[in-house]
Amino acid sequence: MNPILEGLVKALWLLVSLDPEVYGIMFLSLRVSGFAVILGAALSIPCGATIALRDFRGKRFLMSIINTLMGLPPVVVGLLVYLLLSTSGPLGPFQLLYTPTAMIIAQLIMVIPIITGVTVSAVSAVDKGIREKALSMGATRWQLTVTILREAKIGLLTALIVSFGAAISEVGAVMIVGGNIRWITRVLTTAIVFETELGEFGIALALGIILLLLAFIINWVLTQLQWSGLRR
Amino acid sequence: MKPETRQMLSIIILVALVAGGVLGVSYQYYHWRPTQYMTLATTTSTYDSGLLDYLIPIFESKYNVQVKILSLGTGQAIEVAKRGDADVVLVHARALEEAFIASGYGVHRVGVMYNDFIIIGPKNDPAGIKDMTDAAKAFRKIMEAGKQGRAIFISRADKSGTNVKELEIWTKINVQPSNKTYSWYLEAGAGMGVLVEKDTALLNPYGVIPVNPQKYPQRNYKVAVAFAKFLISEEGQRLIAGFKKGGETLFFPIARDFGKAAQLGFPNQAQEVAWYDTQNPLSLQSIPFATIAVLSALPQFRNELFT
Repeated sequence: MNPILEGLVKALWLLVSLDPEVYGIMFLSLRVSGFAVILGAALSIPCGATIALRDFRGKRFLMSIINTLMGLPPVVVGLLVYLLLSTSGPLGPFQLLYTPTAMIIAQLIMVIPIITGVTVSAVSAVDKGIREKALSMGATRWQLTVTILREAKIGLLTALIVSFGAAISEVGAVMIVGGNIRWITRVLTTAIVFETELGEFGIALALGIILLLLAFIINWVLTQLQWSGLRR
Repeated sequence: MKPETRQMLSIIILVALVAGGVLGVSYQYYHWRPTQYMTLATTTSTYDSGLLDYLIPIFESKYNVQVKILSLGTGQAIEVAKRGDADVVLVHARALEEAFIASGYGVHRVGVMYNDFIIIGPKNDPAGIKDMTDAAKAFRKIMEAGKQGRAIFISRADKSGTNVKELEIWTKINVQPSNKTYSWYLEAGAGMGVLVEKDTALLNPYGVIPVNPQKYPQRNYKVAVAFAKFLISEEGQRLIAGFKKGGETLFFPIARDFGKAAQLGFPNQAQEVAWYDTQNPLSLQSIPFATIAVLSALPQFRNELFT
């Protein structure tokens, strides 16, 4: 059978047959990338907003660094996190290597520059007039921040969408720090690489289709949040 | 769709996803949590062939251990073990294995099995090497035919165990092949039809090496020894010999054939096997047998669904 057709049929079959291994892999992908993005957002949105709203020396230089790190190759992140978490590395005593936690850490490092960078652009794009208006109406610092973030909502959700896409489709980092161990650290992308190396192109493609479906569902929800309460 | 329905729907999906996530996580926790783990660093050939998926569940149920299998490149497998990130290695690269022992990171290296490399080519056999049993001579004939433009040699050229073996044979006949110096030598992979096999130079022996507990006391040395002991036990060796794919035996046991093992680069095989025979890993056992039988049958059932 044509591998593409085979992939579609197998994807459908794996989904409807409720194959426990495939569902385990899907939920691990979701759990690792979801955690990485949520933690990343909690850390990066405040940082990004602060950078955007303040003027300081070296702001452009800092932005250049952040924008460069947005393109950090996942394999390099993986290797660095591996060396950190390895038994011989500085965080060795925690024995986190080859666990989902290690994978979350690696993806967190990957998404932080993406969320920070997009947040800076989104917040910087908020009309200055809105800031002044809010201030003139006697808004407190906190109220001002909330107003600005609300104005920047579309951009902030773009940051989440982009970073989630980067995290869930990334294979280089999770392969090195997770080890693609069956039942423990195998996620969709590492399973795809593994099946491809075995020559099981049909299954590999089926997993790819499942990955896309999963990403679509998440993105649909995020896009609803992004545009809700706004005129289309 | 009205905006309200849409928002409702997105909330429903969000709830479903969270519920699914909780289910998925609890499924993973529910999945047999044994009392101890062992990390095995091995090469893609043992894992991708399915040998480990066949052997490991038997070992796991015997000793109530969960094995984390890392399927890596040979160099990476040894490096990971050297950094203390694995308990035991199962690899096929004599030079690297000996360096691993010499540097004190590995102990009690013992030969387990071998598989063989074959020279493959088109049916019409342009270099005339069919049925030869000396790999070096066959390589020389391919080179001669290549220089006359009658044949090409396709190398994997990826520093894999296979590629290292190939280069060893070229070195034996004092040839340093490369794309640049010889037009008949291609550095990429594909092929068909067996032409040369059964030369000991083409045999590919696998050794198992536990990580030295003095270097990494936090590693699970006891289970590593139990694992090596299992592989070289009469039972383990019988299981390896019985593992077939498409009707073909893939790995041939050597642990208890001391002559063959010595010939394939395990000079201390007899002493090491004797040492393993004195070890007693039975104390690891603790889960009732019936539980293990059910739990170890589950992954196999899933495996059938998945492949």
